[in-house]
Parts: sequence; C-alpha cells; structure tokens
Amino acid sequence: MADHYHENCQALLGSLSEYIDGELPPNLCEEIEKHLEGCENCRVVLNTTKRTIDLVRVEPAREPIPDDVRERLFLRLNLDDFLEQKK
Amino acid sequence: MSDSTTQEFSLEALRSGDRAEFARVMDAYSAPIYRLGLKMLGSQQDAEDVLQNTFLNALTHLKDFEGRSSLSTWLYRIASNEALMLIRRKKNTVNLDDFHSEETEDVPLPEVFVDWTALPEDELLSGEGKNALDAAVNKLPESLRMVFVLRDIEGVSIRDTAEILNLTETNVKTRLLRARMFLRERLSTYYGERLAPKERTNG
Ligand SMILES: [Zn+2]
Repeated sequence: MADHYHENCQALLGSLSEYIDGELPPNLCEEIEKHLEGCENCRVVLNTTKRTIDLVRVEPAREPIPDDVRERLFLRLNLDDFLEQKK
Repeated sequence: MSDSTTQEFSLEALRSGDRAEFARVMDAYSAPIYRLGLKMLGSQQDAEDVLQNTFLNALTHLKDFEGRSSLSTWLYRIASNEALMLIRRKKNTVNLDDFHSEETEDVPLPEVFVDWTALPEDELLSGEGKNALDAAVNKLPESLRMVFVLRDIEGVSIRDTAEILNLTETNVKTRLLRARMFLRERLSTYYGERLAPKERTNG
C-alpha cells in the first residue's frame, strides 16, 4: 500500500463528507468517481467512512428514555400530574 | 428529533402556560436530549442533569421564544449549551472560547487503509465492536463530538446544526469531516489489528 498521499487524494478527502451526504453537484461527483476507480486507498477511505457513519446511525436505536428518568424529569418540572399521559 | 418525528405543537398554548402541552413536548424531545447528554458527558447522571436543566430552562424562557427557529432547534440549542456548561464545570476550566474558536481547515490525512466493511453487522455492533465504537466517540474532542452527535447520530441538517451551535455552515462541515475521519481512523486501526493475522495466513 502506497504510503504517500497524492494531491488528488487530499482534494478528494476535503469533499468526502459532502460526497457521502450527496451534497455535491454531479460534475464534482463524476470527478470523484473517476479518481476512485483508479485509487484503492481512497475507495477504502470512502467505504470505511460510510460504514462508520452507518454504524453510529443504527447504534442508538431510537429508544425512549428509561421510565425512572422520565419520572424524575416530570417531578422536577412539577408536571408529575401528566406522567400518565405517555405519548 | 429528525423531521419525520417532529410533531406539531401549539406555540400559543405553550406560551400561555399550557402544562399539558409542555408535557407533550417533553415526551417528544426528551429521548434525543438525553442521548445528546449521554454522548457528550458519558454518564447517565450527567445526561439526566442536562435533560432536566434543558426543560427547566425552556420553561423559563418560553415566553422569549419567538418561533423564528423550530422548536427542536431551540431545544437543541439549550441542551447543547447545558451540556457544554456541564463539561466545563467538570473540567474546572473557565475557557469559554475554545468551542467557538476559529480553526484550521486541516483534516488529518488517513493512515490506515484496511477494508473492514465486509465484517458482519452483528460483529461490528456487538460487545467489543460496540465498545470500540463508543470509545472512539468518547475520544472525540467536544467541539467535534457535538457536531457529530447532532448531524450523524440525530440526523439534524448541516444548516440546523449551524444554527443550534451558532457556527457557520462551513465550520460545521469542517468539524463534521474531521469527526468522521477521526472515528474512521480509530475503527480502522481497531479492526485492522483484528484482521491482520488472518490476512497474513491467507497471503
Ligand atoms: Zn486517491
């Protein structure tokens, strides 16, 4: 694996987030995809970055707060008479 | 607090002191706010403080809320301030500037190029893998972590994140990229070490 990090790779790195989020105009995307075809390092960086983001997105599992935390919150706000109404 | 889950609330009712409506707001927004506290402070007790202080603060200042930003943006702003204040108090520093300080556009270059993306999801998200991920998130500097939590964990837009944190969109984008690269590097190092022996025997 090449140690040296090419100038084009650095340029790609700068747009990586926006590329992943689909916020780049088509012509820039094309440029990036052309570079990716010929650059394994950048492909790995792109794919592992995407995977990293996916992992944190699934991870928190949209859980409600624990019941006791909710109870103390309502008590603290003097809203405990609404504890029953739960969503 | 992504748009799909945002419910409509009556500002008028809230401002006129409708307690039932406020209780509904709490139920709608307490989970993401608690999560933000957990990710920023790393302890349930602190997360609970952030949660309670956020809504106490919101209740006090509801009359000043003009509805120019959305309710979720407004609550997130209060919550992120509460979290940052608590962090500062814990660290016992009075340096209030560093969160908003201008920073270089420099993004550290990637150094580990191991492709671990084929590992099955349950391996990545169970036990050790989850610990590695949590540890990496905890190692993020607060200024990056806050942006990362809002954008990548809670799915808040770049624009709203900028509004919540009083940063420019460019600044948010730079911090987000740095946060993502930081986490990618750590996870790649972690999985690289685990994958390396296998690769050697294969090659
Ligand atoms: Zn490249």
